Amino acid sequence: MSTRARKQIILAAYVGGVNEHTAWEHPDAGSQIAFDTFRQVAQTAERGRFDYFFLAEGLALRERAGRVFEHDIAGRPDTLAVLASLAAVTDHIGLIGTLSSTFNEPYELARQLASLDHLSGGRAGWNVVTSWDAFTGQNFRRGGFLTREERYTRAEEFVRTVQELWDSWAEDAIVADKQSGRFLADDTVGRFSHAGAQFDIEGRFTVPRSPQGRPVLVQAGISPQGRDFAAANSDLIFSPFSRQPEAQEFYADVKSRARSFGRNPDDLKIIPGAGFVLGDSRADAEEKARHILEQQLSDKAVQVQFEQLWNRDLSAYDIDGPLPSIDPDPEAPPIIQGKAFIYQDRFETVRRWRALAEEKGLSIRGVAAEVSARADFIGTPEQVADALDAFIQNDGADGVVLGGHVTPGGIDEFVDKVVPLLQERGSLRTEYTGSTLRENLGLPVPERRGALAATV
Amino acid sequence: MTTTDRLRLGVALEGAGWHPAAWREESSRPTELFTPNYWADLVRRADAAGIDFATIEDSFAVQSGSPFGADDRTDEVRGRLDALLIASRVAPVTRRIGLIPTVTTTHTEPFHISTGIATLDYTSLGRAGWQPKVSPRADEARHFGRRDIPEFTDREDPRLWEIAAELFAEAEDVVEAVRRLWDSWEDDAEIRDVATDRFLDADKLHTVDFERRSFRVRGPSITPRPPQGQPVIAALAHAEIPYRFAAASADVVFVTPQDIAGATAILDEVRRAERDVARTGEPLRVFADLVVFLDADEPASDRLERLDALGRPLSSDARIFAGSAAQLADEIAALGELGYAGVRLRPGVATDDLPRIADDLVPELRRRDLLAGDGGSLRGVLGLPTSVPNRYAPALAG
Repeated sequence: MSTRARKQIILAAYVGGVNEHTAWEHPDAGSQIAFDTFRQVAQTAERGRFDYFFLAEGLALRERAGRVFEHDIAGRPDTLAVLASLAAVTDHIGLIGTLSSTFNEPYELARQLASLDHLSGGRAGWNVVTSWDAFTGQNFRRGGFLTREERYTRAEEFVRTVQELWDSWAEDAIVADKQSGRFLADDTVGRFSHAGAQFDIEGRFTVPRSPQGRPVLVQAGISPQGRDFAAANSDLIFSPFSRQPEAQEFYADVKSRARSFGRNPDDLKIIPGAGFVLGDSRADAEEKARHILEQQLSDKAVQVQFEQLWNRDLSAYDIDGPLPSIDPDPEAPPIIQGKAFIYQDRFETVRRWRALAEEKGLSIRGVAAEVSARADFIGTPEQVADALDAFIQNDGADGVVLGGHVTPGGIDEFVDKVVPLLQERGSLRTEYTGSTLRENLGLPVPERRGALAATV
Repeated sequence: MTTTDRLRLGVALEGAGWHPAAWREESSRPTELFTPNYWADLVRRADAAGIDFATIEDSFAVQSGSPFGADDRTDEVRGRLDALLIASRVAPVTRRIGLIPTVTTTHTEPFHISTGIATLDYTSLGRAGWQPKVSPRADEARHFGRRDIPEFTDREDPRLWEIAAELFAEAEDVVEAVRRLWDSWEDDAEIRDVATDRFLDADKLHTVDFERRSFRVRGPSITPRPPQGQPVIAALAHAEIPYRFAAASADVVFVTPQDIAGATAILDEVRRAERDVARTGEPLRVFADLVVFLDADEPASDRLERLDALGRPLSSDARIFAGSAAQLADEIAALGELGYAGVRLRPGVATDDLPRIADDLVPELRRRDLLAGDGGSLRGVLGLPTSVPNRYAPALAG
């Protein structure tokens, strides 16, 4: 290990909704929608000195052959509204939400996020995603889907436009001098004009510059285009790589891309999602992890996973039997709707899964277990603290987003047992050091750009 | 007097208050208008006093002295935060008060409105409402760049009414879409049946398949049906088109009578609009809006005069009341006699007049036994049925 100072681990917690990872069958499983659930997770994470609470977004319920999935968790609150309410019951923790750049408009989203930043005293963040399918589009005015390239084009201009709006008020735009009667510094406050291929808008923005200047920007993306987009624009990258060596490769690649865009690589933090299972011994933890995986791999969940890849009705196949020998049918209308398709190449993935089944003698369920096992840190609290710390200090990432398998108590054990060990090692702060999310993450406040007011 | 005859009291929150110079008063906190504590303090004060609901104003445009576009004034409050998020921020720190943010229907997605208000209903434990508003201004439309709305300079321009009719028709569609999305989950759709591996019962989830000229929504919602089933919808209305919108879409209407004769005429107009749109179910709860300046150490009329002299004098769609709490209670009682459900008070200076409403007016109304009191959810507080049938659920047999 180098002589570089020990990195402080960035921690985030999320409540899963609309997913197959959370074990709703567990006796401790609580409401997925009651505010107390979100309050408990955010407050527990704050007790553990986590950097932020993260909420993903759903814009459509998943369907199979035109019928809503019945077996997964479904139902979640509006991202912005619940984060604003959480700002009332927490003091330090950041509040980051996923919000689509496809089914929102820059003016509206910029003012909502800036409002959240004001209402939380500088703790807001935005995970920008592009939405991909015509199915989800049926819930929105702009309707249908965009091609992969168009999604990025729109997203890039969307982010740039939102940043222009956030920059439209100077820090000292509000004078509020009761004696002289001057409220605004000048009459151009909030003026903006953006003319681009995606958005042609102008006027005045209603929200003064927020405590963080700009809310923290988070992006995901593993394609070269996605990596560049994130490396150029984001404060955080939400990465899918929680294991070495892929994680290290991704980390090095994205940080070097950031450098090539003229940024300090330390100003871009890389945070994968990760799971954990704690036990009294490694064997105990592994047994628990196996049990969790079994709950996740219910017959219906596995069937849907395979049906999505094959794009065929596979209900006639035995989940504990061999893989279908029939080929996928990419031409048919999608049988599974509203679930992100994560496989780059359908036929190649099927070939790989078949080879895996052949090599290890696996059933459909066995393959599902192999490809979807997601608990990355399994063991005693000491072992998990060791592994997580090593992962971070060896540049696998700058932190992790943790989700418990049970809502809302899933991260309690981590906070009670692992957090103190990380603090003892000096890898996790014992008190919050900043007042804004940017300060806690060690991110600079972006300089206000291109003040239109000054040139008019 | 029965409980249903008694009156409900709301306050309308707008920046430092409804007077353009409100921010300059001694008590005002103009540098805190964009902080959470400012809003929490105001709404908590109203909540503690037993005020039934607070509405929070909003617009996609910077405030202006002109009805048609931005002005270049620098001597008044400019800038505002998103009202739904302000309401969400204060929900966990208040107990009983209804929270009714403004969300416009012209440039927003019905799907986002439905989940946003439903979520406020969850975080406030059944105290959410929504004040839908149209955005008729050209400058607001240019913030979105998706539709052209012509620039107007004259209130009497007949095209203004054409646009208004179009926007209110769309607002009616948006409200209908939102209401359907709230119903798109039956209350017992979540079953968590381990034996059959079913978290949901798909038969209890419904597409809404709502399609109109300017938007469509398929559904079902991503958010389960909110605690109140249907959060309260409240519309401000001054003329026939918005009365009809309110009659078709809302539970509550805020109107702006200038005197008793006007109050009677407006009530008649509202009831006529209800007949014209063939409203069924509960009649609209009609609230009169009043801008209020209440006597303190300084008489309210002196205060108003002093504020008017500071810059742009207050002009308002609603009657401007300046006087004592007892006089205001007389006016409120008179409105109650006519059949009004209550009043929504717009504090002239938020930090002076809200405390006067809480400390002087509310006790005065209580002494006269004019206030309704309790009610649980916002629907309950307003005397609306608290059990709302779901349009998609099969009617219960027997």
